[in-house]
Amino acid sequence: MHTGRAGFILSETMTVTVLLFASYADALGKSAIELDVAPGSTVRDILGTLLAMPGGDRLPPRPLVAVNREYASAATTLQGGEEVAVIPPVAGG
Amino acid sequence: MRVALVDCPIDVSSLISEVSDDSCGAASVFLGCVRNVNDGRAVTGIEYSAYRSMAEREMNAIVREAAERFGVSRLIIEHRLGALGLGDVSVAIVAAHPHRAPALDAMRFAIEQLKRRVPIWKLELYVDGTREWVGSGIRNRESGVEAPDVVATRIQ
Repeated sequence: MHTGRAGFILSETMTVTVLLFASYADALGKSAIELDVAPGSTVRDILGTLLAMPGGDRLPPRPLVAVNREYASAATTLQGGEEVAVIPPVAGG
Repeated sequence: MRVALVDCPIDVSSLISEVSDDSCGAASVFLGCVRNVNDGRAVTGIEYSAYRSMAEREMNAIVREAAERFGVSRLIIEHRLGALGLGDVSVAIVAAHPHRAPALDAMRFAIEQLKRRVPIWKLELYVDGTREWVGSGIRNRESGVEAPDVVATRIQ
């Protein structure tokens, strides 16, 4: 629970770190974003926020995502503090 | 078993020495190299980047799975990152075993899995001075159509 400057109680949020790579980092013009989101948010919610950002329209609607370095589905619920990586099509080798 | 992301040239002969011993009748080596053409465009080099911590995790998972499937515990995957020139080795996979079939199978498995799931990306540089992320998954602004390779490589 946080107290605002004027003493009002603000609703609790949680923070996740979103990592962007390669073409997706170019599209949004950054490689890491700290997002404050509502408790109970899912990967799908995070993607919705990203796609609404400037340049987000260039991402595919359902990109690959990893949560804490493991591939995860859009339905994955976040607890706060996670590293959410949006993974462009991989091209190693 | 060992995996590594490296920023310097890959020394293939030292990897073979490291992975083999006198019990090994076979050592199988795969090298991925920078090619001078892609999709009909003349390439001058490739810049490799990665989500390092996850890439190492996935590569470690691949060598564990190879050990379970093929009984090959002598397996090394090294992938180079950074700016590479034509002919440079970008990835080396070395598998050793008393017999050739498991060594060959484990090597093939490791490179196919690496290409499918390890978060590494290529920025290709072309003769005309342009550059492009390979299979970028970026939507075409005009059509808004998702590139087919995005669908093909998505892991459910």
